[in-house]
Amino acid sequence: MAIKQLSIFVENKAGKIVEVTELLAKNNIDLRALSIADTQDYGILRTIVDDTEKAKSVLEENGSVYKVTEVIGVEIPDVPGGMSKVMRILSDNGVNIEYVYAFISRSKEFAYVVMRVRDNEKAEKILTDNGINLVDENEISDI
Amino acid sequence: MERYFNKDIETASRETMQALQNERLAATVKRVYDNVEYYRNKMDDLGLTPDDIKTTDDLKKLPFLSKDDLRDAYPFGLLATDMKNCVRIQSTSGTTGRRVVAFYTQNDIDLWDECCARALTAAGADANDVVQVSYGYGLFTGGMGLNGGSHKVGCLTLPMSSGNTDRQIQFMTDLGATVLCCTPSYASYLGECVEEKGVKDQLKLKAGIFGAEAWTEEMRRDIEKKLGLKAFDIYGLTEISGPGVAFECSEQTGMHINEDHFIAEIINPETGEVLPEGEKGELVFTSISKEAFPLLRYRTRDICVLSRKKCSCGRTLIKMAKPMGRSDDMLIVKGVNVFPSQIEMVLLNKGLTSNYQIVVDRVGSSDKLEVLVEMTPEIFSDTVNAISEKEQEIIEALKSVLGIYAKVRIVEPKSIVRSEGKAVRVIDKRHLY
Ligand SMILES: [Zn+2]
Repeated sequence: MAIKQLSIFVENKAGKIVEVTELLAKNNIDLRALSIADTQDYGILRTIVDDTEKAKSVLEENGSVYKVTEVIGVEIPDVPGGMSKVMRILSDNGVNIEYVYAFISRSKEFAYVVMRVRDNEKAEKILTDNGINLVDENEISDI
Repeated sequence: MERYFNKDIETASRETMQALQNERLAATVKRVYDNVEYYRNKMDDLGLTPDDIKTTDDLKKLPFLSKDDLRDAYPFGLLATDMKNCVRIQSTSGTTGRRVVAFYTQNDIDLWDECCARALTAAGADANDVVQVSYGYGLFTGGMGLNGGSHKVGCLTLPMSSGNTDRQIQFMTDLGATVLCCTPSYASYLGECVEEKGVKDQLKLKAGIFGAEAWTEEMRRDIEKKLGLKAFDIYGLTEISGPGVAFECSEQTGMHINEDHFIAEIINPETGEVLPEGEKGELVFTSISKEAFPLLRYRTRDICVLSRKKCSCGRTLIKMAKPMGRSDDMLIVKGVNVFPSQIEMVLLNKGLTSNYQIVVDRVGSSDKLEVLVEMTPEIFSDTVNAISEKEQEIIEALKSVLGIYAKVRIVEPKSIVRSEGKAVRVIDKRHLY
């Protein structure tokens, strides 16, 4: 079920993030989800794209430093409290979330959350057991 | 089987070498006294005549010559022969102030070429080899020196000069270069490009001669791995002749000094006192065969150690350790001596690239040291915490080596400017105001 996410190293300088997103766009790679973790000096651009393999070779070519990380995607009803419900379940079951970011789909009434945890399988089982829908890579690509 | 370019000299007994040095030193001193007003005045001031200098033991009676003295004598002040006997000049890459111009007669060029030929032979080259010279040509001695040495050995010489990396790699593969000569930072860069292009299996390189810059053992291993060759160090300076003043042999534990042309001393840089073999101090050279531009007791500002320990290669020439730092490169930050080579060693040990830049600035009345280093896949992680931990490790390692805090800033790969000749390692903003 895990989703492949690209984490790309960027310097925290004006225009650096745009450079990377433009590079991907120029190669017809569509960004499905995007978040940035940054410090004063640098940032980590985390993104889920429609074609991870192609994005990898584009980044490789560009000389970027990146990593592919497996994250989990969760479908949440786009209503107040939807997100906290999921967080509560994980927290009650002792799963630590390293980072999380959400994005909203255009057409459906769902929001999606991308999470990075230490143990994907364990978190996936807990969520499924609690009636939470997971999304896989194909579904994300179809959003 | 070890090969020598000039076996008689390179394996001469101590007595033979000593006799040769004494004879050449006495002759050189007499000649500069007669021909160069500068030396004559200095010696007269000290009450010395050429007759006072008969052996290398008498060398310590003579005054030192500094880089500033050379600049003051620019351009003709130290020329020891008639201009009509000179055939070439070379010059230092001085970034500030006046340059140093060194003159050469045809004999001077020949002896310099032979020094480089000895270095190439020690690295395993013979007439069957294809030598790619990717040092800059021109006023800089790197290209001209190795070019001449390669001719003397009879190698096919590719006078590439520096730059145009794609062409370098194309010639390297198409013409089957077996020996590469360039700066270590450029070798490292070529290695990365070879890896990127995936052409390592098309290379025929077996040896590399890398000098004109400070580099570390870690950098040597890195270059050897990337280019699939054995990397040899070479030492030289324009003032004395150029590359080949000293060269490394197969043992890779220091460089044999071409003692038949250059006498080395180690002195205490503060007091000028000559130190015994094995002690660390500033390297001083006296050139005893040169016609146009012989220098007596030239202070190189390189800090190193000399050793007469028997070498497995069979050469009896004295060895100098890789300079531990150059007082030109040495930075004084918060009152502490910092050598870029120390920083480089820490970075390589931590899995970072050898491409780095040191920025020193003064904020208020306090010095700030910052080290810029390029991100590598090895230390990248997708959480800020994990990267910060690595950064912290580097900061601590630097602190234990340097004794002071240095901020570490990780930047994007290939974002630190590489000149294709010498790397810009230090930016000292304190001089701007
Ligand atoms: Zn040796």
